[in-house]
Amino acid sequence: MSGRLGRFLVGLPAYAWLVAFFLIPFLIILKISLSEPAAGIPPYLPLWSHDEVENLRFHLAFGNYLSLFGDELYAFAYFNSIRIAGIATLGCLLIGYPAAYAIARSPAAWRQSLLLLVALPFWTSFLIRVYAWIGILKPEGLLNALLLWLGVISEPLQILQTDLAVIIGMTYSYLPFMVLPLYATLEKMDLSLLEAAADLGCRPFRAFLAVTLPLSMPGIVAGSLLVFIPAVGEYVIPDLLGGPDTLMIGKVLWAEFFDNRDWPVASAVAVAMLVLLVAPIMIIQNARAKAEGRKR
Amino acid sequence: MASPAPRFPWTDPNAAPLIRFEGVSKRFGDFVAVERVDLAIHRGEFFSLLGASGCGKTTLLRMLAGFETPSDGKIFIDGIDMTAIPPYERPVNMMFQSYALFPHMTVAGNIAFGLKQNSLPKPVIADKVKAVLDMVQMGKFADRKPHQLSGGQRQRVALARCLVKEPKVLLLDEPLAALDKKLREQTQLELVNIQDRIGITFVMVTHDQGEAMTMSSRIGVMNAGVIQQVGTPVEIYEYPGSRFVADFIGAANMFEGTVTVDLPDHVTTTCPELEHDLTIAHGDPVTVGTPVTVMVRPEKMAISRDKPAEGLNWAKGSIADIAYLGDVSTYHVLLASGRKVQVLQTNLRHTNEQPLTWEDEVHLGWHPANALVLTR
Repeated sequence: MSGRLGRFLVGLPAYAWLVAFFLIPFLIILKISLSEPAAGIPPYLPLWSHDEVENLRFHLAFGNYLSLFGDELYAFAYFNSIRIAGIATLGCLLIGYPAAYAIARSPAAWRQSLLLLVALPFWTSFLIRVYAWIGILKPEGLLNALLLWLGVISEPLQILQTDLAVIIGMTYSYLPFMVLPLYATLEKMDLSLLEAAADLGCRPFRAFLAVTLPLSMPGIVAGSLLVFIPAVGEYVIPDLLGGPDTLMIGKVLWAEFFDNRDWPVASAVAVAMLVLLVAPIMIIQNARAKAEGRKR
Repeated sequence: MASPAPRFPWTDPNAAPLIRFEGVSKRFGDFVAVERVDLAIHRGEFFSLLGASGCGKTTLLRMLAGFETPSDGKIFIDGIDMTAIPPYERPVNMMFQSYALFPHMTVAGNIAFGLKQNSLPKPVIADKVKAVLDMVQMGKFADRKPHQLSGGQRQRVALARCLVKEPKVLLLDEPLAALDKKLREQTQLELVNIQDRIGITFVMVTHDQGEAMTMSSRIGVMNAGVIQQVGTPVEIYEYPGSRFVADFIGAANMFEGTVTVDLPDHVTTTCPELEHDLTIAHGDPVTVGTPVTVMVRPEKMAISRDKPAEGLNWAKGSIADIAYLGDVSTYHVLLASGRKVQVLQTNLRHTNEQPLTWEDEVHLGWHPANALVLTR
């Protein structure tokens, strides 16, 4: 009994935090998403009211959600967000896996310093680092200057204000979130397994595919979720590096909220994004947990 | 069909050994793990490398597997220099101390892994996996994952995973260390039986001398990177070549002395700790005046209240300690010189009329043939 109470008390700050800063705001957003828009402060009508005879009346406006289907813009923005975030996640994985592998296999004395280097960019503001990419990617920027100097291209490439710039920016910004969980799984891997594989006649690269890769799957999944989820909703990077065509759901949200002042639709966009992202991940995780449970 | 392997192939000077270490050394920085090892292991042997932890035995085994490269010297398997051959191309398989089973694969998947590297057809792999699983009595567990098995079962899977590859040499790194005592003793004999049946050469690393004595055809005793002695269990125990081996294998009473008489069938030495001289019939060649160590095993001494017969070596003292183990008792006898001697006696009778007890004055006696002269 005291054990359960103890666990509850230890968890209390975390629960309180989640309730105060996630659950309650989410319920507020959910409520706004079901309200009628209106001109005023706040820019929506209350969800319920009392009429003269004190009857409680609800005014649920599902129209905000229907409008998400009505305009192709939203579907396109969702799809584009998932596509760009997906490519950025893949980029992080392709760069982050070898990096994490190299750190995990480097001499023990070096590992802490190398991990520190991975986390080092966090000492500088995220915003400043994204601005720096403008300087690198713009037509007269460092990258184009280098490529011109090398003779790879004859005129500057338009990278800034394209999807590619957004993908580069995201891959760069979220890379540490991929490297750290991957490092954690690779570092604790029992190296005698690789010796066993070699001993059984397996060449190093095949041993990597047959042993290291499957065993690092938890790290790959964790890293990918840590990159993909925030990348889908990213606003700053597409706004600074993307062009007018780079439509992402974070920018749509901003536009609905601040430009159109249509809080109910903006809220509906946010709720839909949450459902769209969280539901599949929960289903997958659930299925994995069940499959694991069956095997045990 | 080839004739069965001779029982003692190492006694045949013309026999070509299967494994040959030629002046093999291994250094890690300043640390010398293995120093100039020359060793020949023959086909069909069950060879054990025995030593305390850090003596270099595992390094020697890992060099054989190809996980470490010798700093000096060469290793030959079946006449082929292994220097440039990576682990995945060597005709050896290793059973790891941790077993190193792949946690994400089933028992059958683990065993099939090595066969898949040889690109064998699927039905052949399935047949071989089934056969080897039956051999180690793990057929029922083919679809289990390693974490669902007990320690003993994991050990069997690890063994099966090596055996299925039919290597020329099977390397075993402390194969039984993770098992409890009862299972360990049972598995010792099982391993020997399997080795006998399939005829693969086994090279085992162990720190457990009982294990080495029980299982091996020959033992290499290692200390500080050097092989101290190679021999059958009987040779190692009865005729240790050095003080280190005598002390390391079993218990030994050692007396320092100087040779006074050197005759073809025996030597006589002084022995300050015993008040009188000793006669010994075996041991290293010596000359008069050589300082030597006389070694007598505790079970080769007799303990009684009466003075032993003429012609035996003897000593007198009082019982300081008795370790009663049921089948045997070890008596610690304190001599007048202050020296303690261990004597082991089998408890033949149910109850002794007048059992020896603490403080009893006793005589110890041993035949000259039961002592050994050591100079190293």
